[in-house]
Amino acid sequence: MGLAFISSPVFAQTVDEKVNQIFASATGWFVNFIFSPFPGTSFPWIVAWLVVAATIFTFYFAFIQFRAFKHSISLVKGDYSDPNDAGEVSHFQALATALSGTVGLGNIAGVAVAVGIGGPGATFWMILAGLMGMASKFTECTLGVKYRNEYADGTVSGGPMYYLTKGFAERGLPGGRALAILFSIFCILGALGGGNMFQANQAHQQIAGITGDYPGWITGIIFAGVVFAVIVGGLKSIAKVTEKVVPFMGVLYVITALIIILVNYDKIGWAFGQIFEGAFTGLGVAGGMVGALIQGFKRAAFSNEAGVGSAAIAHSAVRTKEPITEGFVSLLEPFIDTVVICTMTALVIIITGQLVIDPATGHYVTEGGRIVTATGASGVGLTSAAFESAFSWFPYVLAVAVVLFAFSTMISWSYYGLKAWTYLFGEGKNKEIAFKVMFCIFVVIGAAANLGPVIDFSDAAIFAMAVVNITGLYCLMPVVKKELKSYLDRLESGEIKKFKN
Amino acid sequence: MPIKYIVACDGSPASARALDFAIDHANTTGASILVAHVLEWSPYSFLTPEEIEERHKRRGEELDRAKKALVDPIVSAAAAKGVAIDTVIKYGHVADTLAAIASSEGAAQMFIGRTGQTSLKTRLFGSVASTIAQIAPVPCTIVP
Repeated sequence: MGLAFISSPVFAQTVDEKVNQIFASATGWFVNFIFSPFPGTSFPWIVAWLVVAATIFTFYFAFIQFRAFKHSISLVKGDYSDPNDAGEVSHFQALATALSGTVGLGNIAGVAVAVGIGGPGATFWMILAGLMGMASKFTECTLGVKYRNEYADGTVSGGPMYYLTKGFAERGLPGGRALAILFSIFCILGALGGGNMFQANQAHQQIAGITGDYPGWITGIIFAGVVFAVIVGGLKSIAKVTEKVVPFMGVLYVITALIIILVNYDKIGWAFGQIFEGAFTGLGVAGGMVGALIQGFKRAAFSNEAGVGSAAIAHSAVRTKEPITEGFVSLLEPFIDTVVICTMTALVIIITGQLVIDPATGHYVTEGGRIVTATGASGVGLTSAAFESAFSWFPYVLAVAVVLFAFSTMISWSYYGLKAWTYLFGEGKNKEIAFKVMFCIFVVIGAAANLGPVIDFSDAAIFAMAVVNITGLYCLMPVVKKELKSYLDRLESGEIKKFKN
Repeated sequence: MPIKYIVACDGSPASARALDFAIDHANTTGASILVAHVLEWSPYSFLTPEEIEERHKRRGEELDRAKKALVDPIVSAAAAKGVAIDTVIKYGHVADTLAAIASSEGAAQMFIGRTGQTSLKTRLFGSVASTIAQIAPVPCTIVP
C-alpha cells in the first residue's frame, strides 16, 4: 500500500503534498476539538457521548433491539405489508438502500485499523457498541419518518433537520431551528469528508496497490467524472449496476470470510479467547484495555453510523402508515453492518495470524502504537493480506469490492449532503447543482490527500453530526416511546394484522 | 351469484385475442369481465436514495399511464360489444398477482393469451401463461 508517493513524478508529488498540507492546516482545529479526551485521560469525550446515548436508549426502550428483533425481520420479509400497497418502496428496499450507504470501507478498512491498533479485544467492544447502537438507530429512524415533509407531488424529505425543527416546536422546546441548521452544516461536512474524501482516498489506495503507485488526483478525476455523470447527469444506469453488484459483493465477502473461518475451525476458540482476553487486558496493545475499547467503539460508530442521523435521512423517504415500523427495520442495520460483517473481518484478521505475537509473553508486538503485522500492512492492506493468505486471488475481488463500496457510499452521502443543503438554502435546480459540483471537486481532493488528515477529518465531521442529533434525540425520545406503546398495544390486540404467513 | 371472468391484459395482440375470446364466451353465459393488468414489481429490487424519495410519485404516474394508455382503450373498445367490463391494475409478480386477483374476486374462469415462444426461450425466461396454467386457482383458458 503506497502511502508515500515516492515513485510519482515530481510535479504530481508537489500537487498532492500541497493539497495535503493545506487540508491538514485547515481542518486540524476541528479534528482536535471533536477528539479531545477527557482531562487527564486518553478517552475521547465523543466516543463516550455515543456509547452513553446508545446505552440510555437501550434502557429507555427496555432492550427494544432484542424484544423487537423477530418482528423487525417479519417486517422486512413483508409479512405486514398490505399487498395493495405493492409498487411503493418496501421495508426491504429501504433497508437495502440504507445499508449500501453504511456497509463499505468501515467494514473492511476501518475494522483493520481498529484491530491493528486496539488488538483483537477491540472486536468485543465493537460488537457491544453495535448491539447498543441498534437502539439509537431505532430512535432516530422513527423520528425521521414521523416528522418528515410530504410534498403535494408525492415526494418526501426527512431527516434530523426536520425532526429537530418540527419535533421541538411540537413539544414547545426552544432551539430546534438552531440545532437543525447546525446539523445540516455538519452533515454537509460529513458528506464531503467521510462520505466522499475518505472513500475516494481508500479507492485510490486499492487501485494503486494493484497497478503500482501513481498520483491520487488521476483516480480522483476519473471517480469525480463517474459520480458527476450519476448525480448531475442523472445517468441512473451506473447507479443501478452498482446497487445490484454491491449486495452481491457484500454476500461474497461474508461467505469468503465464513469459509476462511470454518477452514481454520480449530482456531475459532482461540480467536474468541483472544477477543475476550484482549477486551479486558489489552494483551499488550498501546493503551491496554482502554485502547482496545476506544478503537472498538470508534470503529463501530463510524461503520454503522448509529446516532449520527444519516440513516434517518435515508429511511424517512419510505411509505408507511406507522413511523415506528421504519424504526424496527432500521435497528437491523447496525446488527448486519457491525455485529455480522465487521466481526467477520476482525475474525479473519485474527485467525489468519496477521497480528504478530511475542511467543515469550503471549502479548502482541507493538511499534509506534500499532501492532506489528505479518506483512507490515495496515488498513485495507491488512484485510487484503488476511484474505490473501487463504485465497491468493481475493485481493483483486476485494479491490473491486472496495471501489464499488466506495462508489455506492458516495452516492448515498451525496444524497444526505444534498438534503442538508436544500434544508439550508431551499430547493431549486441551480442550488442543487452547485452542491453536486462541489461534491465532485471534493472527490478529487480526497483522492489526492494523504490518509492521515482525511481519515481524521471524516471521523470528526461525522461525529459532529452525532453531537447535534443525539441532543435532539434525548429531547424527542418520549415521542418515540408513545409511538412504540401505541403500536405494540395494537399489535397485541390484533388491530395490526399480518397479511402473509 | 353472477359469473365473473378474469382476462389478463398487457396490451399485446395475444392478450387482445384472449379478451375477444372471453367476450364471445361471456355473451353466451352472461358473465361480467374483469380486465386485469399487472405491472411487474419486486419488493426486493434495489433502488437508489433518489428513486426511493420519488417512488410514490412515480407509482402514481405509472398507474395513471397504464390506465389511460392501455386499459381505458381496451375497455371502451370492448364495451361496444355489450359486456359488463370492470378493470383492475396492480403491482407485483405477474402470474402470482393474477392468481391472487382470481381468488379474491371469486372468478369463475381466467383467460390469458400466449405468445408462442419456443421452449428454449420459455425455459430461460419463463412464461406468464405457463406459470398461470400451473398455479391458477380457477379453470384457465389459454388462448393462442
